[in-house]
Parts: sequence; C-alpha cells; structure tokens
Amino acid sequence: MSATWRAYRRNILWNAALIHRLSGIGLAVFLPLHFLVLGLAIEGAGKLDGLLTLAQMPGVKLAEAGLIFLLVVHFLGGLRLLAIENLRWFGGQKWIAISLAVVSGSIAFFFLIHVL
Amino acid sequence: MNVRLYLWQRGTAAIMVPMILVHLAVIFYAMDRPLTAEQILSRTQGSFAWGLFYGMFVLLASIHASIGIRNVLSEWGKLKSGTAAGVSTVFGAALIVLGLRAVAAVVLPAGMLP
Amino acid sequence: MSDTVSEIKVSLWRGGSDGRFQTYTVPLQKNQMVLDIITWVQRHRAPTLSYRFACRVGMCGSCAMTVNGRPRWTCRTHVAKVVRDGKIEIAPLANLPIIKDLAVDMVPFFEKGVAAHGTFAASKTRADVIEPIKPSEPARRTADEAIECINCGVCYAACDSVRWNPDYLGPAALNRAWSLANDVRDSDGPGRLVAISAAGGCHNCHTLHSCHEHCPMGLNPTRSIAGLKRLSAQAFVLGKISL
Repeated sequence: MSATWRAYRRNILWNAALIHRLSGIGLAVFLPLHFLVLGLAIEGAGKLDGLLTLAQMPGVKLAEAGLIFLLVVHFLGGLRLLAIENLRWFGGQKWIAISLAVVSGSIAFFFLIHVL
Repeated sequence: MNVRLYLWQRGTAAIMVPMILVHLAVIFYAMDRPLTAEQILSRTQGSFAWGLFYGMFVLLASIHASIGIRNVLSEWGKLKSGTAAGVSTVFGAALIVLGLRAVAAVVLPAGMLP
Repeated sequence: MSDTVSEIKVSLWRGGSDGRFQTYTVPLQKNQMVLDIITWVQRHRAPTLSYRFACRVGMCGSCAMTVNGRPRWTCRTHVAKVVRDGKIEIAPLANLPIIKDLAVDMVPFFEKGVAAHGTFAASKTRADVIEPIKPSEPARRTADEAIECINCGVCYAACDSVRWNPDYLGPAALNRAWSLANDVRDSDGPGRLVAISAAGGCHNCHTLHSCHEHCPMGLNPTRSIAGLKRLSAQAFVLGKISL
C-alpha cells in the first residue's frame, strides 16, 4: 500500500461520513443485543439483574461510554446531514463536523468519568 | 437506494430526533444510580406512556437501521441488490420482534408476563 | 533556457486493468506541470505510452488523471507541489475502464450523463418569441452555479459512492441534471425527476464531499445533489413521480 493510496479520502468531511457509517453499523450490531438483554426481564427481574451486575465491571462501563459516543456522533452527524439535505447550503461544514465529533466525545467522556 | 427508501430512512430519523434526546436523558438519569432490574422495572412496569414511547422507538429504529444496513450490505458487502434487500428486511423484522418483546418485558405488569 | 535542477522518479501505470506501475527517471525542470513530465517520458523513454490531453491550459479537462492518489488535471498540477521524496505516481482516472496506460474509457461516464436526462429539452421552436430570462433570477442563478461543468470526470473518479455502487449516476451527471432542473426553458422536468429518483439516482449520494473537494472548476455537486434530493422528495410525496 503506497503512501498515496486513496489520498483523495484524506479530508475531514470524508472522514465525518465514514464515522457516520461506522457508528451506524456499530449501533445496528448493538441493538439486537440490547433488546435481548432487556427481554430477559420476561423471565423475571432476577435474570436481568444477573446480567446487569456485569455492568459494574470497568470494561463494561468503558464499552457503554463507547456506545454513547456511537449514538451521539451518529445522531449529531445525522442532524448535519438532514440540515444539508433540507436547508439552504451553508458554509463552515468542516468546522461543524469537527465540533460535533468533539461534543460527542465529550459527552461520552463525561458519562465515563461519572460511572467509573 | 431510491426516493422511497430515502424518505423512509430520513423520515424515521427526523421523528426519532426528539426520542433520542429523551433516551439520552433516561441514560444520564440512570447513570447516577447502580443499574438494577428493580430500578428499571419499578419505573416502566405498567406504564402505558413508556410502552407507547419505546414501542414507537423500536419500530422507527428498526426501519431506519435496516435501510442503512441495506446500503452497507450492497456497497461494502457487495451483495446483489435483491439479496441485500432480503437480508436487511430479515434484520429489520428481527429488530422489531426482539424490540417489541423487550418493551413488553419491561412494561407489562408483572402478573401479565408469561 | 531551462534549468535542470534534479531528477525525480515518475511511476506511470502501464497496461490495462491488469497492468502495473513502471518507474522512469525524469529530469526535473523549474515550473513544470505533471503533463510536461508525462510528455517527456513518452518522447524520450516510452514511445508507446498512451495518454490524453488537448488544450494543456486548464480548459478542456482531457488530461485528468490520478496523481499521487488524487484525481486532478495534469496540465494544471505543478510537479513541485505534488512530488514526495522525489517521487510521483500517476495512474489513470478511477472508476472507469482502462483502455491503456493513462487513458480511460469515458463512455460509461457520458452514458450516465444521458441516463440522468442531462440534456436540454427545448420547449419552444425558433418560430416562438424568445423568452427573456434575467441572469439575476433565482432559478437562473442556481442553474448558473452548476453550469460550468466540462465533464472532465475528476469528480466521478473521486467519488466513493460511485466506486461502491456501479449503478450510481455520479456527481457530474446529477450536477448537470440539477442545472437543467433549474432551467425554466427546459421541458423534460418530469422525466428527469424519475431518472434521478430511481435506483442509481441522487439518493445514493452519501455526502462524502469528494466531488466538491476535487472539482477543478470549483463546482459543488454535493450542493446540487442535495437540491435534487429536495426536489425528488417533494415530487414523490405529492405523487408526481411513480417509480
């Protein structure tokens, strides 16, 4: 792979689109697992509690923070897309994309330090 | 991707915007206390409002996610358009079934669970 | 008088899609464009090298190729600006079949332009009164923002939505469709709307912005396609398109 492989992709807005797609895939993979865990409540609160105690583990809390990042970055990026597709064209999109990513990271980080 | 799928995907996204904010609020409310089944169920069981909210959320998210996955399967997975449509529909249906089951699990009053 | 400053290693794609890069040592002179280097190689080292150019002054778009991984006009790319560690890599444009070496088959690109109804359909004849349209009218301004496309193919080569979906009409075809959709004289509005709303149409755009980023004319197909998405959604909801 040469130093210039797919060099045309090296810009902020392409990477913003990539993050949007990857976060969407991550959330899509997570969702069935989320539903299965909550569905354990059908077998009684005990079953659900059994799994929820795992949520005390630091590794799980880190994963939760990661999921919050995926959710917020996909949500905010999606808002940016809805704006591009439905409002008049606006400038400063690179700055907006960066800011949204920073906000998402901050929210996830805030969650992490709160639960650890 | 055509205009019909686009409208379903963007439409569900738009309706979910306020719902995501509510869900994030729920997550941040819950993070201040240890997560137990009792904490969850004591607030959701018997609640028609939560049932309606999360039931709708499940439907919208399942449609939205399945259309997104369809794009990923055909663009990155290199599946033919018919196959991608089939797989993503099955995925969406699975999400609806599992999701509504999960909503029922936390919303239905204890006596009504099978 | 030319100042020979040094040499650079230029890797050029030779052959078809199953070809490979071949490296030539080229004397580097001041103020050279990448096209100058390619021409030097063809004249002094590789007489069988195939490549395209015409105006060599940044007007025709014929010389578009992939230079160090980015699609651009070779006649308007300074060697000094792109050379890295004394090397340049030049390949044919992406997303199009390679004929030979640096020349690609542009036919699929033009066919998509037609498929997007990117041609003007007159609504009047020479016998009718000429319709006055001021350049300042909003629709005309919108059309004019997108009209300078010379079909060089750079945006198409830069677009990963095209790379990942061969049916996607692509930024140039859709940009042209948007320009025509804003032309009040055009009569093919309904047909064009169907073409850009069907599979392969504007909704495959994932707002990667590569077209906007790389267009040598400074056009913004991302904006044009967003406009098409609005037009298409409105028309579909109002029942004006049936797929």
